[in-house]
Amino acid sequence: MTRPSLVARPGPSGIELAAAGAWTVAHARNLDGLIETTVRTTPADQPVTIDMHSVTALDTYGAWLIERLVRAREAGAGRAHLEGLPDRYRALYEEIQSTEREPTPPPPKRPSVLGYVTQLGEATVRFFHEFGAFAAMLGAVVLSLGRALTNPRSFRFTPTMHHLDRVGWQAVPIMLLITFLIGCIIAQQGFFHFRKFGADAYVVDMVGILVLREIGVLIVAIMMAGRSGSAYTAELGSMKMREEIDALRTMGRDPVDVLILPRIIALVIALPILTFLGSMAALYGGGLVAWAYGGMSPAIYIERLREAVSLTHFEVGMIKAPFMALVIGIVACTQGLAVKGSAESLGRETTASVVKSIFLVIVLDGLFAIFFASIDM
Amino acid sequence: MTNDKVIDVRDLVVGFGPRIVLDRVTFDVRRGEVFGFVGGSGSGKSVLLRTIIGLIPRRSGTIEVLGTRLDTATPEQRRGIERRWGVLFQQGALFSSLTVLQNVQFPMIEYLDLPQRLMDEMAAAKLDMVGLRKADHNKMPSELSGGMTKRVALARALALDPELVFLDEPTSGLDPISAGDFDALIKTLQETLGLTVFMITHDLQSLQTICDRVGALADGRVVAAGSIETMLDCDHPWVQSYFRGRRATALISQFAHTEP
Repeated sequence: MTRPSLVARPGPSGIELAAAGAWTVAHARNLDGLIETTVRTTPADQPVTIDMHSVTALDTYGAWLIERLVRAREAGAGRAHLEGLPDRYRALYEEIQSTEREPTPPPPKRPSVLGYVTQLGEATVRFFHEFGAFAAMLGAVVLSLGRALTNPRSFRFTPTMHHLDRVGWQAVPIMLLITFLIGCIIAQQGFFHFRKFGADAYVVDMVGILVLREIGVLIVAIMMAGRSGSAYTAELGSMKMREEIDALRTMGRDPVDVLILPRIIALVIALPILTFLGSMAALYGGGLVAWAYGGMSPAIYIERLREAVSLTHFEVGMIKAPFMALVIGIVACTQGLAVKGSAESLGRETTASVVKSIFLVIVLDGLFAIFFASIDM
Repeated sequence: MTNDKVIDVRDLVVGFGPRIVLDRVTFDVRRGEVFGFVGGSGSGKSVLLRTIIGLIPRRSGTIEVLGTRLDTATPEQRRGIERRWGVLFQQGALFSSLTVLQNVQFPMIEYLDLPQRLMDEMAAAKLDMVGLRKADHNKMPSELSGGMTKRVALARALALDPELVFLDEPTSGLDPISAGDFDALIKTLQETLGLTVFMITHDLQSLQTICDRVGALADGRVVAAGSIETMLDCDHPWVQSYFRGRRATALISQFAHTEP
């Protein structure tokens, strides 16, 4: 294909521009330069004739650039017209000629000085909106639970079992592994540092109380937020994107009853069980390290554990578990329903779901710590 | 002349597991024509299109597009061919995180080295050609109606002025007036750019008004290929019921009256 050219020469009536070569997308960059130079160098007051005889190929790019030249002339009070346009390109040129003349409105931009202030304000408003959405979801779930209690036949038992299998049973191996390792690490660190001042025996107190009161439930809840909360958000989000939730609504079914309540109940059942299993695995790991690294026989470890921990410590950990599950479930489902049409928004809401639920789990843990301290538990 | 055939499919077999969807499909599409494929739901039309553009692996047979066998082509050759075709997917397949204008500019950014101003103007011109209002240029795909999505997808398929365009049910989901405009637009572009169009359609009106040749897919094979008249003469039961059905007969007789 021949390179395109545009040569200006004085003609009988104003300036004649002779176009030649292939005016196609492959040469669009050159053509853009040619047209711009021509627009700049041609005197605005003289009429211009563009001779298209020697143009060997023309596509929408070439046609548009010619049209851009013509429009630039017309805007500057000059005149321009085309001559010798091959017939086969006439329809194409007319198509391009008929396109809208106004430029596309630029995407809305906020003023840069006020930008940060505006963003801060928007974020604050959004925070309250999100808090409202969380409260609304909690209310909807409680209402749905009320309906399920007054009319047990309406409760979706099979999906609940399905979700319980996914978030509970299938999570057991990974939860056991993680909490076991955490138990090992706490015990090892305890022995390493306590040994310096001969407090080996108190490692068991530390492991026991820490695991049962805090670490067991916290680790399991955080894992749950990452493993199951994110899955809930992604599932509900893609259902929202594909209008499945709207379809459910039009069939007279409340998505909270059908999709959300079974998921949250499954979490609330699964998290205490996993917390119990996780705490046991952590204590087991601690005992193993005490035996192998601390030189404490299993019999003594169990004996010390019996003295150090009371049922209260165990209860404190277990009482927190269902509340954390509720927070994770509510956040995951709220974010899931907040997904808009785009793939990007699905990713954003899933991230937000995990970050928020972990944050809220830790805040809740702090509140519980204050509460239990004030009732001497 | 091999150059005349833009798409040349020989003995193509495609299957999923034990199921054979396309059984020795053979046809060709010539330069500058509009080739329409019809077939019942689930007859494998979309599978055929996706196999030609390389999204589904074939079991046997050869596919030649724009004179190049895609299975033996080097990645550079493939990229070269992909730059010369445009695909309109059935659901539009717009990138949901980009605006309408950015969607149309995407192929330009990927394949061409152009000033931003020209890309803006070209994207706006293409969108204008497919009949999208300026106010919609900065919208996100999720804010568009079904018909607008189709238009934007067509604008994106045409972004690089391709020689060959694949259209998967271009007029489905459009109202009859828009569908007619869409057909006319495809015809205009096809005539002015020497575009070759391979389309899958259910729309009898588009088959009659813009398709030069029609292929019918049934039982995993091309049971008929040629003009509408050839289709009417074909005695395959599916082709008969499609082109001799009540809706078709009414349209065709109307068509026969208006045509000189």
